[in-house]
Amino acid sequence: MAGTLLFNALREAIDEEMARDSNVCVMGEDVGQYGGSYKVTKDLYEKYGELRVLDTPIAENSFTGMAVGAAMTGLRPIVEGMNMGFLLLAFNQISNNMGMLRYTSGGNFTIPTVVRGPGGVGRQLGAEHSQRLEAYFHAVPGIKIVACSTPTNAKGLMKAAIRDDNPVLFFEHVLLYNLSEDLPSGDYICALDQADIVREGNDVTILTYSRMRHHCLKAVEKLDSEGVDVELIDLISLKPFDMKTIAASIRKTHRVIIVEECMKTGGIGAELIALITEQCFDELDCPPVRLSSQDIPTPYNGQLENLTIIQPHQIVETAKQMIAKGV
Amino acid sequence: MKTSVTAGPHAERLSTLVSNKPAKVDSKTGLELFRDMTLGRRFEDKCAEMYYRGKMFGFVHLYNGQEAISTGVIGAMRRKHDWFCSTYRDHVHALSAGVPAREVMSELFGKETGCSKGRGGSMHLFSKEHHLLGGYAFIGEGIPVALGSAFTSRYKRDAQGDSTSDAVTAAFFGDGTCNNGQFFECLNMAQLWKLPILFVVENNKWAIGMAHDRATSEPEIWRKASAFGMAGEEVDGMDVLAVRGAAERALERARSGEGPTLLECLTYRYRGHSLADPDELRKEEEKQFWAKRDPLKGLESDLIKSGLVSEDQLRMIEKEIDQEVVDAVDFALAAKEPEPSELTRYIWAED
Repeated sequence: MAGTLLFNALREAIDEEMARDSNVCVMGEDVGQYGGSYKVTKDLYEKYGELRVLDTPIAENSFTGMAVGAAMTGLRPIVEGMNMGFLLLAFNQISNNMGMLRYTSGGNFTIPTVVRGPGGVGRQLGAEHSQRLEAYFHAVPGIKIVACSTPTNAKGLMKAAIRDDNPVLFFEHVLLYNLSEDLPSGDYICALDQADIVREGNDVTILTYSRMRHHCLKAVEKLDSEGVDVELIDLISLKPFDMKTIAASIRKTHRVIIVEECMKTGGIGAELIALITEQCFDELDCPPVRLSSQDIPTPYNGQLENLTIIQPHQIVETAKQMIAKGV
Repeated sequence: MKTSVTAGPHAERLSTLVSNKPAKVDSKTGLELFRDMTLGRRFEDKCAEMYYRGKMFGFVHLYNGQEAISTGVIGAMRRKHDWFCSTYRDHVHALSAGVPAREVMSELFGKETGCSKGRGGSMHLFSKEHHLLGGYAFIGEGIPVALGSAFTSRYKRDAQGDSTSDAVTAAFFGDGTCNNGQFFECLNMAQLWKLPILFVVENNKWAIGMAHDRATSEPEIWRKASAFGMAGEEVDGMDVLAVRGAAERALERARSGEGPTLLECLTYRYRGHSLADPDELRKEEEKQFWAKRDPLKGLESDLIKSGLVSEDQLRMIEKEIDQEVVDAVDFALAAKEPEPSELTRYIWAED
């Protein structure tokens, strides 16, 4: 099949935006000569030169802060976190300067930056390389957070993120880079603030994002064969949530399950459930349910790792139990 | 000048400085330098007064004693062309960069007319118009931002082909910052890419209550430049002409593509770390030593001895500055508070 792999969809987006706007540049570890650890910037170094595709020393906080300063003075940097977990070391720059600086400067400066890279639980990468920082960064004011999940939305969202005048944390998933899909032709973008209704249904709403979209799709198939009609929504925007789409779905199904790969405590689902409870309480026929990863460092052992994150059968069982309650 | 042993090793360094040429100035520039330093001093004195009168809140860090550095460096640069990056002790850098005293004072009063619209406060002064990249309140976090600004200068010149792109960025920070990773990381990158940046260390010996020689294995910060193959210079930070001379040399290197300079200015703050600091650790002998080297008195003496200016001219400037500072306070007192309805404005670029 001729499709485009997800990492190449991202690469196309960056390439097209760099060609369109000479202020767009890339910086990070091994983004240049090496082409990026997942090849998202492959060959761009040769095409655009060493300043526009800048190989940095291993100094996450400093090169992230450098991107802030470059953005304040006119550039539109894309920072690659070789692994998003490494950006724990850049927490200060992302929070204080990317997120808060426009506000504390009283609107003097804008920070048009994209911070992107692979996150999520891979295959036996160990605890440090398996983190879901979207939850950690969720409270930072002034940043948008998106998670791509298909080659099509990866390209469209990346282009939108680069063109956005606000800082955007852009989460890719380490296990989705080789997904393949035919991309829409031409120059298209996907809105950063719109959830994607993956499948319409009437019985229960499942809210998810990133790799869990694909676990949910497996569950939906099984549930469909058993007569459960799921509305599957990929959140896409983790901050702010597209509450309009979410609320409309809950008004229809009156039941909601959140499937996430981050840990349960302080996770994306925690905030989402709070908002749903505040805004849609009267629409709910039963308590919302979170299916989240265990609150533990991701273990190396493959079997334990699988037990750490949600599997499709758990989604199926939860949906069936919810329906069986008959409310 | 003889140094006193009781004033400690930081003071002793002044007598063993690697000699460097002070800047030569004409009477016009001499008067400008005096005016800028006087504004810095008197503005800060007024801040202390306003703080104790309950008009100003939060943490307020004053610059008294260090004026020769802001004036010496920024005065040698091109305002609204070069870029300036400061710390939590940022009032005087903002003034030297040309941000009007009214806007700075308004910000300290939390008013809408402040340079950060009352959202930033003392430690977060910003002015895009005056190329002030900001005051940064956490130690070291401004240095990468300044590096990014210097990167933009090079990017415009070498990636976008704008041969006129020669803006230099000055990053100001203290001795305490020089033990922080961002300092070392950015020195490395700046030299690696030959970025047009001046790392200006205002070594006032004290990181709140931590004496410099108790915090670092090599107190001579300028020497750390050599580990990166970078030009480094130490200078008497109480002597504005010496600072200006060093800044001029560094600027020439930066504009000609030779890259960054680490400039260590030996100085002293005449007040506590902030207005909330009881200042219990610094010895009286040490304070006396540095009080005798007041940079304003030093410049006055240099200018008068060289016959460039008259004492009357300097007294006239002081009067004008006093009026300017009073005007800034009156303006700030009368200025509007931010609208409560605009509480969430400026979070997003579109607001």
